[in-house]
Amino acid sequence: MKKYTLHMVVNGEEISIETKPNATLLEVLRDELNLMEVKEGCGQGDCGACAVILDGKAVNSCLTLAMQAEGREITTLSGLNKNGKIHPLQKSFVSHGAIQCGFCTPGMIMSAKALLDKNPHPTRDEIKIAISGNLCRCTGYKKIIEAIEAVTKGKEEKEGENVRA
Amino acid sequence: MSELKLIGKPAQRYDARDKALGITKYGADFVMPGMLHAKVLRSKYPSAKILSINTHEAERLPGVKAIITAKDVPYNERASNVVGQTTEIGAIQAIQPVLAKDRVRFLGEPIALIAAESLEIAEKATNLIKVDYEKLPVVSDPIEAMKPSSPLVHEGSNILAKWKIAKGDIEKGFKESDVIVENTYYTQFQDHAYMELEGGVAWIDNDEVINIRLTTQVIEHYRDVAKVLGVPESKIRVIGTFIGGGFGGKEDVTVETFLALLVQKTKKPVKLIYTREESILAHDKRHPFVMKYKTGAKKNGKLVALKAELVSDAGAYAYLSPWVLLYATVHASGPYDIPNIKVDSKTVYTNNIFTSAFRCFGGTQVCFAYESQMDELAHKLGMDSLKIREINYIKRGEKLPAGQRIESTVALTETASRAWKALEKPNKSKKGKRIGRGFASMMQSYGRLTMLHDSSHAWVGIEMDGSLIIRTGVPDLGGGQGSSLVQIASEILGIPGEDISIHLTDSSLTPLAGTTTATRQLYMSGNAVLQASRNLRNMILSRASQMLNVSKEELDLTDKKVIVKKGKKEIPLVDVVKEMAADGLPRNSFAMFNAPFSKPLNSEMEQYERVFPDFTFGTQAAEVEIDEETGKIKVTQLVSSYDVGRVVNRNSVEGQMEGGAVMGIGYALLEDIKSEKGIIQAKNLAQYLIPTSLDVPEVKTIILESKTGLGPFGAKGIGEPSMTPTAAAIANAIYDATGIRFTSLPITPEKIIMALKKKE
Ligand code: FES
Ligand code: FES
Repeated sequence: MKKYTLHMVVNGEEISIETKPNATLLEVLRDELNLMEVKEGCGQGDCGACAVILDGKAVNSCLTLAMQAEGREITTLSGLNKNGKIHPLQKSFVSHGAIQCGFCTPGMIMSAKALLDKNPHPTRDEIKIAISGNLCRCTGYKKIIEAIEAVTKGKEEKEGENVRA
Repeated sequence: MSELKLIGKPAQRYDARDKALGITKYGADFVMPGMLHAKVLRSKYPSAKILSINTHEAERLPGVKAIITAKDVPYNERASNVVGQTTEIGAIQAIQPVLAKDRVRFLGEPIALIAAESLEIAEKATNLIKVDYEKLPVVSDPIEAMKPSSPLVHEGSNILAKWKIAKGDIEKGFKESDVIVENTYYTQFQDHAYMELEGGVAWIDNDEVINIRLTTQVIEHYRDVAKVLGVPESKIRVIGTFIGGGFGGKEDVTVETFLALLVQKTKKPVKLIYTREESILAHDKRHPFVMKYKTGAKKNGKLVALKAELVSDAGAYAYLSPWVLLYATVHASGPYDIPNIKVDSKTVYTNNIFTSAFRCFGGTQVCFAYESQMDELAHKLGMDSLKIREINYIKRGEKLPAGQRIESTVALTETASRAWKALEKPNKSKKGKRIGRGFASMMQSYGRLTMLHDSSHAWVGIEMDGSLIIRTGVPDLGGGQGSSLVQIASEILGIPGEDISIHLTDSSLTPLAGTTTATRQLYMSGNAVLQASRNLRNMILSRASQMLNVSKEELDLTDKKVIVKKGKKEIPLVDVVKEMAADGLPRNSFAMFNAPFSKPLNSEMEQYERVFPDFTFGTQAAEVEIDEETGKIKVTQLVSSYDVGRVVNRNSVEGQMEGGAVMGIGYALLEDIKSEKGIIQAKNLAQYLIPTSLDVPEVKTIILESKTGLGPFGAKGIGEPSMTPTAAAIANAIYDATGIRFTSLPITPEKIIMALKKKE
């Protein structure tokens, strides 16, 4: 299959990369850019494990063709730590026990981040709606909702200590 | 023992931070230079003869490195003993091929393995393999499968295993009963639907050890892999990753044998990750049960007799079906004292997907039945449903109807009344909506069957700088298994969690700790780590007592210091460690913990002296709101109340209780793979629906601590029990709302609408 060059900004860095026209954004992020925190739970848009932020919106990267990301900005979970600090959402997920197996966590946090960027003080119901495309089989969602809410209430507003390399 | 400093508090899990940062590596996240990609060719039919398999074209495809079919597998036929089936049935051994040779018995049965330079090529090659089938009749209903006229799934009989319990005189019991209720209950296939798909990477080392790094609840399958490959067990190493959820679905062998076979053949690293659709086809499901129940009681509510006939669908291969059936049989009468009892149970082969381990292991199906019966009795007697249960709950020191004596606290009255009271004021009934409330109590064993002589090992050692290393072969399912062990060592040795590293789940490098199943790791490995930590503490304090000139008993370990409890003197832990090293004293301890042992059980027995180490007891209460027009059922409140023995990490205990209840809501209302004539209808997560954040209430938890469990500091187990009574509680709430008793799961809007119409 013919390859083409894809240009995008991933976690603040300009990227240009050779890829196949039918490659999904998920494949490019994981296999080409080694961003293994983007998880695949279904590959069909049903679970939200692969969620990333594309131009400010949370999208399922498994349903997004890499071509659609041409010239656009993408943030994945590790992009939240570019400044060397742990993000308030990450900190809050840890302290609220919102992480069990952790497989849903990267997508969950990206959906929460996209929500808070637009709506810094959502209600609990708005939080539930924002993460309703992110399946979690372990936690029952309660602690995840609490973790997100704590950030909006400013209980976890501070960035954390430095992230170890 | 002095007061506990860390145990019982909500602790941050040591693994949570890496997970939040996205650093944690799961089965699919490992890559190796030059690795091949694998695919599995699976059967298209639930029941067929294989006439021929032609791989020529696929082999010629450039980039294909290996194709393996049954004829290439060194030991393809795997025979396993069927537990306790000594006579009558004859299925003393269950046979299963690694790859199907001349017969397939379920849709999705593996037939061939392919390894190629890229996933695309492997996929293409899979499609180029030609299999000629001759379709055979399908049997997909376990009741049909027991009839002599049914097609056979395996030679001999479709009945794979039976168990029974009998006590007292069942007929006399029913004669003496003032009221009797009778019903048949049905449950469905449930998929574990963990977020992480099965998979891993394997490679070969210089010394011919095949290393398999995968997501698994059981690293000890290395033995099975060795048998299939025909190599010594010491030549197979299984390294577990952090698991992205398992719930029993990563308890049986998943990809490890396939990977090892392909590595053995190609000598190259190989990666195999299932897709979601393949995962649903490839792993076991929760057993559907047909449960015929009859329960009799006196006017005053006292239970007199219970008769149950259980039939479970084992699917096409045995796996753990006989064991799950034994659990269901022993738990069939619930946490009640009943003088006359008869339980007969069978598990039956069909051409459905095979069934095996799933959280609750047969316990939730029977709970749905016995707790429905208790409510039916209460209504028939016009009694309060709390009251009737209180009269009948088993008490500590009494024997279960199955024969085992209950040695720990039974806090059922308390969990039930507290769960019930914790339901908030009912939501005002709106027009067109019906509100109802119900609850269910349960018991569920923790720890494996005592006849299995279960054990766990752990090694704890202190470094020269006073930091600590724990080694134990515990697979971490995500429930915080590893983290609780760190907390236990930290408590005993006074070393903060940050200074402790734990190495888990490696069959060659960590002492074997058994499986992360059966709600056993905190109990078993928690005790092993506790013992090793206490030994080490003793060694440290012995040396310190010489240094400080006080007796060992007067010393304590805290904050990396040895302190004199009633004095001002203290020395840094590192100083003691240095002295120990200088003296050539050991600075580590290896401990083995054994569960209670008991004699083997068999299907002829009617009473069982001991089956399990111990039980967890609890109650859940639910409120539902039903839309009369659409039939939509909303669980508006759910309270979960358990005696967990002792809390080690409060966050983890609450997490299990919240997550288990939500999984139970899915089981009660949503989840069903819908097998039709052996063909799974719900093939992906768009068709197989599990609860989302919008489908569930925020579960309220009430945690009691009797401190009478067999785990560290008196802990019981909570992983599986957390889900056992949810479906029953919801069904009872739906009855309260509608006056209709639903006897088959899941209770869908369609069923509600039909039943409401019929009632009018
Ligand atoms: S992997 Fe993209 S939604 Fe599931
Ligand atoms: S923590 Fe396991 S899926 Fe969410």
